[in-house]
Amino acid sequence: MINGLLGKKIGMSQVYAADGQRIPVTVLEAGPCTVLQKKTVDKDGYESIQVGYEPKSAQRVNKPEMGHFKKAGKGAFAFVREFRSLDESPALGDEISCEMFKPGDRIDVTGVSKGKGFQGVMKRWGFAGGRASHGSMFKRRPGAIGQSAWPSKVIKGKKMPGQLGNVRVTTQNLIVVEVRPEQNLVLVRGAVPGPKNGLVEIRKGIKA
Amino acid sequence: MNIIDKLEMEQMKKDIPRFKAGDTLKVHVKITEGDKQRIQIFQGVCIKRVNRGLGSSYTVRKMSGSIGVERIFPLHSPSIDKIEVVRIGQVRRAKLYYLRNLRGKAARISEKRMV
Repeated sequence: MINGLLGKKIGMSQVYAADGQRIPVTVLEAGPCTVLQKKTVDKDGYESIQVGYEPKSAQRVNKPEMGHFKKAGKGAFAFVREFRSLDESPALGDEISCEMFKPGDRIDVTGVSKGKGFQGVMKRWGFAGGRASHGSMFKRRPGAIGQSAWPSKVIKGKKMPGQLGNVRVTTQNLIVVEVRPEQNLVLVRGAVPGPKNGLVEIRKGIKA
Repeated sequence: MNIIDKLEMEQMKKDIPRFKAGDTLKVHVKITEGDKQRIQIFQGVCIKRVNRGLGSSYTVRKMSGSIGVERIFPLHSPSIDKIEVVRIGQVRRAKLYYLRNLRGKAARISEKRMV
């Protein structure tokens, strides 16, 4: 089978457990994904399965792309990604559904985090900053960034202001609370990176 | 309808009686001790309701001896067996925080007259 599939973050909600505890959940629409290509060691140098998610109008696809989609014969897709294949892989054009996950499973979810723009060190790295009042001229500044005689340069990777968010982020070890194959929904405990309606890759947890 | 609204609608209880702040309630709470389950009743005045879909809640205040006790119950929690409305109170506010500063006779709420 395949070790993951594509989906969409719907949003967050809550679910009551049997003992009355409230569990915060993220609702994910997982699949259905269609197998578009199978990459093999002899041909491509590595093994993987390429899948497409969310149908796209054929008019919106250019000819080379359409030629690729036609091999699977299930129409065009908006998103195409690769996943690792685990034993006896599925055939071209097969649909992959969220039934591969069971409640209690540990999964990893990858998405593109919400972009926050160019941010200072307090927001980006959690620096303490300085005093806000009483004549302070050191409100949100980072302070010293290095020493003089040695190393007499700024060390690489020094935490500084810059772009925050809008990067690929993986949250590991999320617990599956509920799976609804008829609606293609997976309910996952906790938060998932990205905005609502953002594309997410849902994979079996590597630490599970 | 929105997927999340639908999901939350499924979990909501449909048999909740109508009650407001000022009403006296008997809340039947399920308590699990080991593998045995029993029901405990918490009776008091509802001093607040929070309407937030599945996250809705209400606060019940009672005097335990001379000490005021308030419990916040989730409206749709499965650990609540049922809610009984004992008495409908006549109040002029939605949040009865002023009851916290009153005791004894002053903390009474007059019953709403039904015409």
